[in-house]
Amino acid sequence: MRLEAGAISSPVLRARRNRIDRIGDPLLRGLSGLAAALAVAVVAGIGYEVVHIAWPAISKFGIGFLTTNDWNPVTERYGAAPFIYGTAVTSAIALLCAAPLSIAISIYLTELAPSRVRRPVATLVDMLAAIPSVILGLWGILVLGPFMHDTIEPALKSALGFLPIFSGDPSAFGYLTAALILTIMATPIITSVTREVFETVPAELKEGAYALGATRWEMVRQVVLPYSRAGIVGATILGLGRAIGEAIAVAQVIGGATGINVSLFHTGSTMAAQIAAQFQGAPGALQKPSLAYLGLILLAFAVVVNVVARLIVQRGTLGDTAVTPTEAEAL
Amino acid sequence: MSTHALLVDRGNLRRRNRVNRLVEASSTVAALLAVAVLLIVVGSVLSKGIGALSLHFLTTPAGLFGDTSGGISNAIVGTAIIVGIAALIAIPVGLLVAIYTTEFAPQRIAHQVRFVLDLLNGVPTIITGIFVYGLLVEHRHQSGFAGSVALAIVMLPIVARTAQEVLALVPGTLKEAAYALGVARWRTLVRVTVPTAAGGLITGALLAVARVAGETAPLILVCSIFGQGVLTEPSEALASIPVFIFQASESPSPEAHTQAWAAALILIAFVLALNIVARAFYARSRKRMGA
Repeated sequence: MRLEAGAISSPVLRARRNRIDRIGDPLLRGLSGLAAALAVAVVAGIGYEVVHIAWPAISKFGIGFLTTNDWNPVTERYGAAPFIYGTAVTSAIALLCAAPLSIAISIYLTELAPSRVRRPVATLVDMLAAIPSVILGLWGILVLGPFMHDTIEPALKSALGFLPIFSGDPSAFGYLTAALILTIMATPIITSVTREVFETVPAELKEGAYALGATRWEMVRQVVLPYSRAGIVGATILGLGRAIGEAIAVAQVIGGATGINVSLFHTGSTMAAQIAAQFQGAPGALQKPSLAYLGLILLAFAVVVNVVARLIVQRGTLGDTAVTPTEAEAL
Repeated sequence: MSTHALLVDRGNLRRRNRVNRLVEASSTVAALLAVAVLLIVVGSVLSKGIGALSLHFLTTPAGLFGDTSGGISNAIVGTAIIVGIAALIAIPVGLLVAIYTTEFAPQRIAHQVRFVLDLLNGVPTIITGIFVYGLLVEHRHQSGFAGSVALAIVMLPIVARTAQEVLALVPGTLKEAAYALGVARWRTLVRVTVPTAAGGLITGALLAVARVAGETAPLILVCSIFGQGVLTEPSEALASIPVFIFQASESPSPEAHTQAWAAALILIAFVLALNIVARAFYARSRKRMGA
């Protein structure tokens, strides 16, 4: 009785409230359903619109576009090969550097760091992901580029110059500089996921290894790494998604050459960077469509990479402790 | 005593300890390296940008191409407008999507919507730029509004996914208590669920704003050719801080570079501050929900 009296005192008010509630529930359901439909429509629209803009180039060049090593606005002959190569090389180097680095950072954060420094260091690593790419690109042009030209590349050349990838003249801009910028971008993403996965390793397993006399590294190698294998692979692929899609910072430091060069010191371009550099104000009748065609290839790569990464991460983390990559990226 | 034999095998143990120390040292160095890179980048921006920072720089619009006597007031106003409209679009829509998947949708559909949001999150922002170019710019002209739509698309999955996580954390007992009192579903949502999750929802929104405040790629395609002076009309192209930094960084002139550093300082301070505030909200809301 008291409850009813306290909740709604008059029958008139209760009737009005019931009327509002009859509208309120379906209204909210409808609105929120509409929002979800909008999100789905955006994804479909992106696919449609990119194909639509690219269509003249798709019908002109066909599938041969992927293997054509030419980008010539004068003769209106376009091909994606130099940019697929650039994306592959820069992303591969970035992951080769970022994955071991991220695993090492995660080992430090979960096994070695004193609890007082654990959170601050983890936060600082995450902050690296918050730096806008255009600022990282600016830093790449004016700080990292000259350092590569003066110090790193001459050192690599003198030590490993017999390898074709380290031949040629050092230059501030090129594949290697772009790859290092991508390493800086991918590391915090891979780290945040691997760290979360490492934290889900049951303490009993770790203690078991210690009880058998394992050193810390032996414990990590025989317990933490096997347990987290799927998570590490998924995290690395997520980092790959970040690396292949980055347009601005790469456009700033890669030099914009439209050919394939074996030397990592040489300038080049990637799919995303080429779109960023040329789409605005592309004059040729086929240039914009060709850039959108590049975009379509990039989109296909990005979708496959993200789907695979998320499947692996979800399967790799057991049950309710599953890390959602979005959350890990965001926080 | 075979284990004993293992443990007194001094030579072997010494080697294992050496390997262990080596790995521990390199892990520590890796963590230091990541922190050092952050400090070096932020330090570069700070030391090179602070000199060019002045009231004049903040309150004067950019000069004509190549003229570096101006400032970035038009870019600050433009970014505020573009990001503001993007937030007005993405935050309500994102929250509604999250409400749909956590409250209304059948499990299978909720799962599919989540998958679509992850896909959207993985779409390179330059591709989002091409999409909005085809949707709003082709056959028309660039506009601040087109920039806002592009940034809203980038924000949407971030807002929606964090909102989903946070709404799912709201204790079921709170909602059930409201239902038991006969409170309608939408009223429970508005008066119980959303207020309880508010801290986390704000976190998601702030992180999304921080993420797109520095977003450059789509703006290059849909909002990068603008007139002189401080413009405020979203139907025409507006200046923005990221596009200013990009264009100044491509210039060969050292004066333009100095301006780019100063603009980068403003942007990085804003983005990092937003991240720190967002984390504070997140910590508070987790504490409140006992998670």
